[in-house]
Amino acid sequence: MKAVIGHRLFWPAAVLVVMLLANVVVTPGFFSIQVRNGHLYGSLIDILLLGSPLMLVALGMTVVIATGGIDLSVGAVVAISGALACYLISGQEDQGAVSGVLVAVALALVLSAVLGFWNGLFVARVGIQPIIATLILMVAGRGVAQLITSGKNINVNSPPYKLIGGGYWLTLPFAVIVVAVVVALTGLAVRRTALGMLLEAIGGNAEASRLVGIRSRRLIVLAYTFCGLCAGIAGLMISSNIATADGNNAGLWMELDAILAVVIGGTALTGGRFTLAGTVLGALVIQTLSTTIYTTGIPPQVTLVFKAVVVAIVCLIQSPAFRAKVFRRRARPAAPPPASPAAADVEVNA
Amino acid sequence: MTALGVRGPVRIRREHAAVLVTFGLLVAMFAAGSIVYPGFGSGQVVVDLFIDNGFLLVIAIGMTFVILTGGIDLSVGAVAALSAMLCAFLLEQWHWPVAAVLPLVLLVGIGFGFGMGYVIHHFEIQPFIATLAGMFLARGLCFVISIDQISISNPFFTEWAQTRIPLGEETNVTPTVLIGLAVLAVAFVTLHYTRFGRAVYAIGGNAQSALLMGLPVARTRIGAYMVSGLCSSLGGLLFAFYTISASGLHEVGTELDAIAAVVIGGTLLTGGSGYVVGTALGVMLLGTIQTILRFQGTLSSWWTRIAIGVLLLLFILLQRLLGSSRTRR
Repeated sequence: MKAVIGHRLFWPAAVLVVMLLANVVVTPGFFSIQVRNGHLYGSLIDILLLGSPLMLVALGMTVVIATGGIDLSVGAVVAISGALACYLISGQEDQGAVSGVLVAVALALVLSAVLGFWNGLFVARVGIQPIIATLILMVAGRGVAQLITSGKNINVNSPPYKLIGGGYWLTLPFAVIVVAVVVALTGLAVRRTALGMLLEAIGGNAEASRLVGIRSRRLIVLAYTFCGLCAGIAGLMISSNIATADGNNAGLWMELDAILAVVIGGTALTGGRFTLAGTVLGALVIQTLSTTIYTTGIPPQVTLVFKAVVVAIVCLIQSPAFRAKVFRRRARPAAPPPASPAAADVEVNA
Repeated sequence: MTALGVRGPVRIRREHAAVLVTFGLLVAMFAAGSIVYPGFGSGQVVVDLFIDNGFLLVIAIGMTFVILTGGIDLSVGAVAALSAMLCAFLLEQWHWPVAAVLPLVLLVGIGFGFGMGYVIHHFEIQPFIATLAGMFLARGLCFVISIDQISISNPFFTEWAQTRIPLGEETNVTPTVLIGLAVLAVAFVTLHYTRFGRAVYAIGGNAQSALLMGLPVARTRIGAYMVSGLCSSLGGLLFAFYTISASGLHEVGTELDAIAAVVIGGTLLTGGSGYVVGTALGVMLLGTIQTILRFQGTLSSWWTRIAIGVLLLLFILLQRLLGSSRTRR
């Protein structure tokens, strides 16, 4: 029992299960999944589909946070990527042409990766604090997205593009498959090679890892580039799902949701040890929360209050200082709180 | 140590240089605007900068306290919106007297700051996450009060919005400007001439050393967030005076503007170094950009964002060039 509760994925998983069970109580048919027209339908599938962009963005964010950094610009990159893809597609004569869509998607992804690369250069080469370096793009990026769309919403009518965020493939939503593939590949890359350990080493102490021969600067640039790319894919999904590029609102506050997902998943913002599975769980917790609010008929804006409560609970439970002060008050009042979350070091597999 | 030598002999130090550059750029931009656009160089445009950005000035001053301790406060825009919303609701729906509403609203702001500061210090939650939760909570509570915008018809507010204090022959200022300047003066004195201010700089420089020196780290850090909460609340009220309305959608993104103003004003986000006067110059610089875009007329609003981003970039590179061993964390 202690091993289960001590597992670093226990609390995010428990919160997710509790929320899903609460949904079953309110809507009895919540867990039912039907097959209609060869597609899977159901609330659980909806949560996966709507949570796909957040899972991707949070995945990239996890890698960046593992290096001890943070990327505030992902929301802006989401907007830019969707804006560029829709702008290119809307300019084509035949919007349904697969080749045209592929070119637009490729260009949007390249631009997203370049923006991530730019962030990485600032952090690793120029040596600016990550939070400030990415703040630049966060502030300017949304302006750039509106520049691409000329401040208007660009509507596209392109079946191949619609597939990315709203289509189905092998009975599953295409976006969910994309997320599964990206998560699996990332998991393989960080856990079956030394990459994950090197990233954690950089997050633990960048200077020390450089001295032992890790090319920390190159890896940091790589992490930010990967984060930009993930945000770019998420931007394609969001704009594809609604067939519209909205430079103003696409991905708004997504950086905050993504950071939340990472923290709820159990990765510390200070860098070092990270867990991809935790991040996916964290993203699902946030999406389930939103879906739950929608189904219960509470005004969606009020979601923020519940989000605040969930964040507070999860973060407090995971805080060693909080646990030391509240749960072990009788032990020794003057005992200093443990400096590192040593109890969470048991399991690191993604 | 540089931060503690505030009363030392006047030399061009790093943080002075950053403020001077901001000031120089502000003057240059204003001069350029005056040459290109007729009517730009009038005193009223300068005063309008204060009128239009008074609430941002107050919020950014609070943000400066928090950033000087090495923290960050993402909740300022949401707390400001909540304050305005609460004020409008109590005045219009429950018909409370103004004299009771205003102090209560400011107390709510201080309470928010205290809660976040307490959690940050005692439970060791990162400031980013704790104030993010605060931001969600405040923004959500706005919508709990009302989904729609509330107009304020209270005579105190409507009269305040129309009050103009003559300043010379052709220029007028609003009471908001005076409050903004008063807050700036109080903040300046607090930071440089009180124990609390010294402790704020000391914690930002090195919290561990500050603790070992016997400074009241807990009280000071929580205090900084309470100052920020109070300033956000006051900023929200000033915004309500300015628009005579309140809405949960007001002041979205103000936290970014405030952080940008603080950074452009030469304060290091790592804490321990910077001036509240620089922050005021940063706010004026952001305001000047918007004024130039308004005079220009054909440039669209999103250029404001891009221009602020470019400015941030320039100033961050400048800070890097001016050299500080603490720029990296």
